[in-house]
Amino acid sequence: MIKTIAAVGLPVDEVLEIRRNRILPEQPAENRKRISIVTGIHGDELEGQYVCFELQRRIEQGKECLAGIVDIYPAMNPLGIDSITRGIPAFDLDMNRMFPGDIDGSMIEYVVARIMEDVAGSDCVLDIHASNIYLTEIPQIRINELHQDTLVPMAEAANVDLIWVHGASTVLESTFAYSLNRIGTPVLVVEMGVGMRITRRYGDQLVDGIFHLMKKMGIWTGEVKPARKPVISRNPEDVCYLNAGMGGVFIPDVLHGAKLRKGEIIGRIVDPLCGKVLDEVRTPEDGMLFTIRDYPVVVEGSLMGRLLKKEVCGYE
Amino acid sequence: MNKRIIYELKGIYRDTFRVTGYEFGTGEKSVCIVGSSRGNEVQQIYCCSQLVKKMKQLEEEGRITQGHKILVIPSINPYSMNIQKRFWSTDNTDINRMFPGYNLGETTQRIADGVFREISEYRFGIQFTSFYMPGDFVPHVRLMDEGFSDPETARQFGLPYVIIRRVRPYDTTTLNYNWQVWDTQAFSLYTSTTSRLDRTSAGQAVLAVMNFLSGQGMLKYSIPDGLHSRIVHDEDMVMIKTAKSGIFEPMVKAGEEVRAGQPLANILDPYEGDILETLYAPFGMVVFFVHNEPLTYANTAVVKLIEKY
Ligand SMILES: [Zn+2]
Repeated sequence: MIKTIAAVGLPVDEVLEIRRNRILPEQPAENRKRISIVTGIHGDELEGQYVCFELQRRIEQGKECLAGIVDIYPAMNPLGIDSITRGIPAFDLDMNRMFPGDIDGSMIEYVVARIMEDVAGSDCVLDIHASNIYLTEIPQIRINELHQDTLVPMAEAANVDLIWVHGASTVLESTFAYSLNRIGTPVLVVEMGVGMRITRRYGDQLVDGIFHLMKKMGIWTGEVKPARKPVISRNPEDVCYLNAGMGGVFIPDVLHGAKLRKGEIIGRIVDPLCGKVLDEVRTPEDGMLFTIRDYPVVVEGSLMGRLLKKEVCGYE
Repeated sequence: MNKRIIYELKGIYRDTFRVTGYEFGTGEKSVCIVGSSRGNEVQQIYCCSQLVKKMKQLEEEGRITQGHKILVIPSINPYSMNIQKRFWSTDNTDINRMFPGYNLGETTQRIADGVFREISEYRFGIQFTSFYMPGDFVPHVRLMDEGFSDPETARQFGLPYVIIRRVRPYDTTTLNYNWQVWDTQAFSLYTSTTSRLDRTSAGQAVLAVMNFLSGQGMLKYSIPDGLHSRIVHDEDMVMIKTAKSGIFEPMVKAGEEVRAGQPLANILDPYEGDILETLYAPFGMVVFFVHNEPLTYANTAVVKLIEKY
């Protein structure tokens, strides 16, 4: 059941529409649980597109097992998705810094407020992001420490590799997730893969996780695969950031997700003009490389990777 | 005058990224003035260039009071200006959303940190900045309500309006906000335009800074008396919003006085030219802001009206 949840006329012969598909169980009943799958707030992050499709395909195969409501919102920023733009084109604004919006506000504030109204009240929301075009991430859920008590147990059921509980920050108060969590609608922020691409393996992993979560919530009665046990990081000290010490072209030497020993070479920053290696990027500690740079050109400060310390990962 | 490099970063295929500052006078860190932080803030760099020219002259004439150092940084983002992009060239981040910065962080955090180290201990901070919506303004000074900056001091600029604005969550990473966290009184100066030059308004901005410096006793400069800015809270302005999207046809200019019932703008059908709606002034006021793009979206505040000066 497709519904337009917000519509605004654009200047020249076009209507901007935000659409939702609601999948209902075959047997109607009162007080059904509801899960919402949200993606495309950042227009250049597409990993969630496959998840929206694949989730529906699998539900369709066992429709009789559906016992709750599944709402799919594949494109919260349609103009951004169409134009390969992270933010909202023409305004150069990050939609994820505009929540909770304002129903009487500007066009974008209005759209944002309509999105809030429509998603609010879900029993669980997944807001699927895909890092950005520079970095690749292993499937993970990021949680603001203010909401960890409610969200960590849900996130543990979602079949991701990592749950990253981060500190509160004022700037993040204008995100979709924060605004809904604040009013009691639980939102899990998923980050996985890389911008502008679809990593099917990660999409399948997350869809397995969504079924597992739906089973736990009583939305799905069919068979589900067991969820993997995620590493949970609560301490900022758990993560090492690898920032480029100088500009150049980054050539990685290890694979994403690799478990590395202190001092191993992650990659080199090279100068193609002179044919020289400018810097060797080495691991500062033993750990797992859960983020790696995908876009090769770096300037001083560019993030090339993040390492989760070995003692937190708990591998041998 | 002492011209020096405040911060630099090596590029791979581009010339070194440099932030250049101009110091006038010697002594305590009195006033720091920052121009463009985004690539389209051409009027803001222009204002600073006119200010540098003026300060050079005043220093040669010995008119800067002993014991005061004044630093002018025309642009903290020349890279974006040179490629005509509003935000940072590689990752599209906004340097003015990265303060106070982090020296081990991402590129724009490092730039913000490098610049902030040099400019954070001044008594006063003045930033020429722009609004996120395209439009023309009545020149004014803006400050945040929860801050360390004082509206009475802001009156020393001698501009018609001092606007007090409520702090929002995203403001906490701007230069203005962080200046105040580190005990600098910070003011944002809005001139009429952003991406095109307005000489009169730039002249007014230079004059405003001169007024301020002489009001603080840092400069020997004769200023006309009788300037008494009106202090207005942002939420007391009257926003005139479109109900339709279409071609925007303004009928008034920023600074103009309007009568109640006066038409302010038309929104036209882009195919057939019909008037879709006409916006009217609900009260007799002054036009404070006018949208300056030929197209507009629905629900957009295209005109803002303010009490008469
Ligand atoms: Zn995102």
